[in-house]
Amino acid sequence: MPNMRADKNPMPMQDPEERIHNFGEVTLGYSEEAAIDEAQRCLHCKNAPCMAGCPVNVPIPDFIERVKAGDADGALAVIRAQNALPAVCGRVCPQETQCESRCVRGIKGESVAIGRLERWAADHATGKAAATAPTEKNGKRAAIVGSGPASLTCAGELASAGWDVTVYEALHTPGGVLMYGIPEFRLPKDLVRSEIDKVRAMGVKIETNTVVGRTVDVEELLRDADAVFLGSGAGLPNFQGIPGESLCGVYSANEFLTRINLMKAYTFPRYDTPIRVDGRAVIIGGGNVAMDAARCARRMGAEVTIVYRRSMQEMPARREEIEHAMEEGVEFRLLTNPTEILGDENGFVKAIRCIRMELGEPDERGRRRPVPVPGSEEDIPAGTVIVAIGNSPNPLLRKTTADLPTDARGRVIADENGRTGMKNVYAGGDAVTGAATVILAMGAGKRAAKAIIEDHP
Amino acid sequence: MYRITRRKALNDDVTLMEIEAPCVAVKARPGQFIIFRIDEEGERIPLTIAGTNPEAGTVTIVFQKVGYTTRKLDTLRENDCLSDFVGPLGEPSHTEGIRRAAVIGGGLGVAIAWPQAKALHDAGAETELIVGFRNEKLIILQDELADACDRLTVMTDDGSNGRRGFVTDALRERLEAGAEYDAVIAIGPLPMMKAVCELTRPYGIRTIVSMNPVMIDGTGMCGGCRLTVGGETKFACVDGPDFDGHLVDFDEAIARGRMFKPQEREAMEKKHICNLTGEVR
Repeated sequence: MPNMRADKNPMPMQDPEERIHNFGEVTLGYSEEAAIDEAQRCLHCKNAPCMAGCPVNVPIPDFIERVKAGDADGALAVIRAQNALPAVCGRVCPQETQCESRCVRGIKGESVAIGRLERWAADHATGKAAATAPTEKNGKRAAIVGSGPASLTCAGELASAGWDVTVYEALHTPGGVLMYGIPEFRLPKDLVRSEIDKVRAMGVKIETNTVVGRTVDVEELLRDADAVFLGSGAGLPNFQGIPGESLCGVYSANEFLTRINLMKAYTFPRYDTPIRVDGRAVIIGGGNVAMDAARCARRMGAEVTIVYRRSMQEMPARREEIEHAMEEGVEFRLLTNPTEILGDENGFVKAIRCIRMELGEPDERGRRRPVPVPGSEEDIPAGTVIVAIGNSPNPLLRKTTADLPTDARGRVIADENGRTGMKNVYAGGDAVTGAATVILAMGAGKRAAKAIIEDHP
Repeated sequence: MYRITRRKALNDDVTLMEIEAPCVAVKARPGQFIIFRIDEEGERIPLTIAGTNPEAGTVTIVFQKVGYTTRKLDTLRENDCLSDFVGPLGEPSHTEGIRRAAVIGGGLGVAIAWPQAKALHDAGAETELIVGFRNEKLIILQDELADACDRLTVMTDDGSNGRRGFVTDALRERLEAGAEYDAVIAIGPLPMMKAVCELTRPYGIRTIVSMNPVMIDGTGMCGGCRLTVGGETKFACVDGPDFDGHLVDFDEAIARGRMFKPQEREAMEKKHICNLTGEVR
């Protein structure tokens, strides 16, 4: 008989008072007892509606069946057959809008905690389930641009199909947003490295310090490779274009997070890269990146305020991230939009001027459009401002690849299977969609790999 | 890993290194830069490329011991390796069509001004080179400079070698004497480049400056290197590093350069580099 308790097993967590003083992981993961108990809540529906919510088609009831038996290795083997980065997805996927949103248990009570079970399997497997390289190569070569989730997934899929795969990464470390963007306390970097090592173990070569478009260009890659996959992400930070954005103390969320996560500036001066968080830190934006920046700033010792121009309801960040930020003492100023950043006589931020907004008519996406309330300006004292209002695709590939079709916003134009208008060139992830999620990028990488294999029999 | 194949002290503060990086050496064009990282704990630091040897697969960098990382780099010897070395980054300089040029270099900037002048000179442009140093002891590349131009002027702030005064004094004199240039290229400290731009502005001479702000990735991702150019935000790493100097907001760039000064001091104080052994404690 399934366990018919209406609630999920709660996720053990570091106490907020404690965790704002460290970068250790906030959520601690299920114990074996909790995992088995949670797995018993699964009804093993014949039609498995949860699977339809998974962009990489993990056979969810099958892996949960193994968890029920306490078999982490078996569960992970089932997941790994469809998903190259289970320990990552178990942590950062928005399960509440994907698999878990389709779970029948969610109709009366809470859905099965699929993400937490995926994480348990990934964390407790002994390594026996590690993927291995196929014995036979098929002689085809692929070049993959970027080493974030879309690229790693595409690389893994192609390698298992016998392709010779080389991944090119601009930074000194592979992983893309998993390394530079998502903080340690949400996604430990040792874990990302170990997932990447497993992709390497499949025979995938990773060349770091290689900027495609500069060190080598796409045309050159096409000379040696049968197919090129562009998974270069959305790495160019957007600014609002308000006065004062170039003052000292104003960071793009990318810069702030990269200093902290990739360059380990939170350990300065042990690591050489500095960061400074002076006075109150004001974060502009309401997405997951804004929450990450806010929570990093909190851990750097700052009082933190998030300003967001719409209401809580429209906030695009995951509920869990918003709740964690609130528990950690981050202040939310909603329906508030910055109009100017004010500096002192030395060119450092001293305050941010904001105007109150109210919600007007719905926009084309159905979200009510924020409208400024005249005369409601107010200055919030701040020493640090972090702009987290989104990213655009990096222009480098577009500028250096004449035949690559892109849209007005700089995104590579590709069909749902990643085919671009350029022969043998495929693309997926944020480079195509604009900034989205890890799992959607992985889904795109996987579909592109399938298309590449189909087109190169 | 990227091996140091040659190391030469150009003066007490400035060192030249050749680094084995064949892919960068083949692709690099004048005006572009690289980013290096010494080791796992290291910062990513941008440096403009001072020359390449594609046959040998090496890239020349010239740096001044100003902060913790450059001091640490200076302790490395031939056959030591850098953990990371990536490039070439940025847009190459656009010097096509320049028939008469004045290339102005200040301090460390002379290491970059020199190959720029040489490229123009070799391409047949009438090239003047005006270089400036604080004093005689800081002069670099003295023997190479004369061969890179049709006319060389060396200035020192204190008159200990060459003429006394700033590079702008020499340039002003030339302009007042009626010298005409298609372009002035200025490479050096921000206040120097700003002063050159102010000087050439009334003459309407195209003035190209090479910006080298703090950055992390060098590919457009961090936005830390942003500048205001002609009222628009530009990223030095992907839109530059060369810009029309008459449009650059130098005061803002100078202010932004101060952002991490306290942290630089802290790193120098807390992480002592032994002058004898290069050991970091």
